[in-house]
Amino acid sequence: MAYYEPIRELDEAPLIEPGSRLHDITEDISRVSETKAPPGWWIAFSLALCGVGLFVASVGYLFWRGIGVWGNSAPVYWAWDITNFVWWVGIGHAGTLISAVLFLFRQKWRTAINRFAEAMTIFAVICALIFPGIHVGRPWLLFYVFPIPNQMSIWPNFKSPLLWDVFAVSTYFTVSLMFWFVGLIPDIATLRDRSAGKIRRTVYGVLALGWRGSNRHWQNYERAYMILAAISTPLVLSVHSVVSFDFATSVIPGWHTTIFPPYFVAGAIFSGFAMVMTVLLIARTVFKLHRVVLMRHLELMCKVILTTGMLVGYAYGMEFFVAWYSGNEYERYVFVNRAFGPYAWAYWTMVGCNVLTPQVFWFKSMRQSIPVMFVVSILVNIGMWFERFVIIVTSLHRDFLPSSWGMFSPTVIDLTTYIGTIGVFFTLFLLFMRWLPMVAMAEVKGTMAQADPHYHEPSEHGHHAHEVHKAHGDASAPSKGLAPEGA
Amino acid sequence: MLTKADTRVVEGPPKRVALLLAEYDTAAEVMHAAERVRDAGYSKWDTHTPFPIHGMDRAMGLADSRLGWIVLCGALTGLTAAFTMMYWMNGVDYRIVIGGKPPDTIPSMVPVLFELTILFSAFAAVFGMFYMNKLPRHNHPVFESDRFAKATDDKFFLSIESDDPRFDLKATRKLLVASHATQVEVVEEEEE
Repeated sequence: MAYYEPIRELDEAPLIEPGSRLHDITEDISRVSETKAPPGWWIAFSLALCGVGLFVASVGYLFWRGIGVWGNSAPVYWAWDITNFVWWVGIGHAGTLISAVLFLFRQKWRTAINRFAEAMTIFAVICALIFPGIHVGRPWLLFYVFPIPNQMSIWPNFKSPLLWDVFAVSTYFTVSLMFWFVGLIPDIATLRDRSAGKIRRTVYGVLALGWRGSNRHWQNYERAYMILAAISTPLVLSVHSVVSFDFATSVIPGWHTTIFPPYFVAGAIFSGFAMVMTVLLIARTVFKLHRVVLMRHLELMCKVILTTGMLVGYAYGMEFFVAWYSGNEYERYVFVNRAFGPYAWAYWTMVGCNVLTPQVFWFKSMRQSIPVMFVVSILVNIGMWFERFVIIVTSLHRDFLPSSWGMFSPTVIDLTTYIGTIGVFFTLFLLFMRWLPMVAMAEVKGTMAQADPHYHEPSEHGHHAHEVHKAHGDASAPSKGLAPEGA
Repeated sequence: MLTKADTRVVEGPPKRVALLLAEYDTAAEVMHAAERVRDAGYSKWDTHTPFPIHGMDRAMGLADSRLGWIVLCGALTGLTAAFTMMYWMNGVDYRIVIGGKPPDTIPSMVPVLFELTILFSAFAAVFGMFYMNKLPRHNHPVFESDRFAKATDDKFFLSIESDDPRFDLKATRKLLVASHATQVEVVEEEEE
């Protein structure tokens, strides 16, 4: 028994389809960008492009007419746009969780999905940033949020959680982008070395930065990767905590609670894993990645969804308990109103999608059924959208004075802007899947048995555990006899 | 191949031997070869592998990466810059009292202090890594070898540069051949 073999006593299973060679991984992943896109890709891409068209039209109309084309109005000034912002930022968090936190915990199964998830993070944060960018009302004055001298010779107020958010989300975006690119370098080099055409060779060549797999480079590279993982871990926890400060530091009943930071982070991971699963299931089917993305990976993701789903369920319950226990009648009213008021339908949709549906993953047959996973992942995405809607709208629409109570109803432009960002997200994602290695090849290879210097390929020689010098390559490898002249 | 290279009529610009490139089939073979080259006392050499091999740093006799120190400097720079910026902007240059709190209070600075520390550390980690690896570097003699494309796929390479003080075409080649290489190639580059 060697260390590269799964430990049966611990119920471990291989991370790659057994019998795969290193070259198979290169082939499976690189092939996607080297051959014509399958029809499924074109269908998805045209749909996504329609979404982009819708987005451009909605935002264009909004800029033409003004922010009033959205439904934000007294008393609900934070409405769909902030709901969408929080939803998208949250989705991004699973990417960092998978790439950084699971890396630190040596969860090797992450290598099958981390590239995906990191790409998802970046595109989700791009979609997220659109909303506050427009929400400020005068997007051309957005630079006021940055500490740069402006015509009013006034500086940003660093005591405002909204400003903390600017720093948190922009740092998050920058760090995620760098982390993603650093991970991509060796894989882009693989594509470069396989490319036939001049354009491909030039583009991938430039992006690969001249990577030559040097061990002197790997040493610093691995250290950089580990440090990035180590600093991204507190970063990702801080980002959604800071997003929750936007709410929690205000004195609005329903927002002013200390449970918000961990509750938001758990929800972010929950929704992010659901989104990774949605996208991964599509990509796995369209691009036939069954060798790398095994049922085992999907099953593990189901378990994460189940766990985080129960964490948010706990948070929902705890919010009610604290509202009652606080003895504050405004706080109590907000929660009663959430569950039984005019927006009760939204509340129970949220509970149904986020707390009840993931419970099917208690059963192994459900964790292994692709249709079930797909439906649950979509429902969780919907549920998490409603969670943010419930937090924002139900807390605002009836505040301290009944005279200022009101209802929020979205406009068509609200809806089309939101659908449009989904189009933007999927357009970016589909382009990424088509042109960049969507599975971290170098990392997957690093988890294979062949990566272990003590690996001994099963051969007819029998048990020569230490005779690793023997030529025992596969049939296609050049045999030892004809190689080095002058021996 | 080698004999041909030695006697061939030179066309185009003059070339010089840049390095010897040995190819291996498995991670174990390249690692054992690296141990031999290390023990033979070479200094300007490297291994090229599709993924980092556990234990290769020791097999090559490399000291630990010093990247962490660069990142520490980045982190401290970020922290200092963030504090100075906020303290000067809100506490010195344009004092505004908000929520009845002192303009230069530290607790409300914590989130931005943290974020900028992380941001500068990440920049230091990524660009420090590029600096230490001397990347981007788009031309390198190893790329002259056609077989080298496999270094990012499933083959393992070891290169010894001709600038190495111990480099001797014959003796070095012998060493590499004896290390169970499947191929040993003389890689030439154009002379400057």
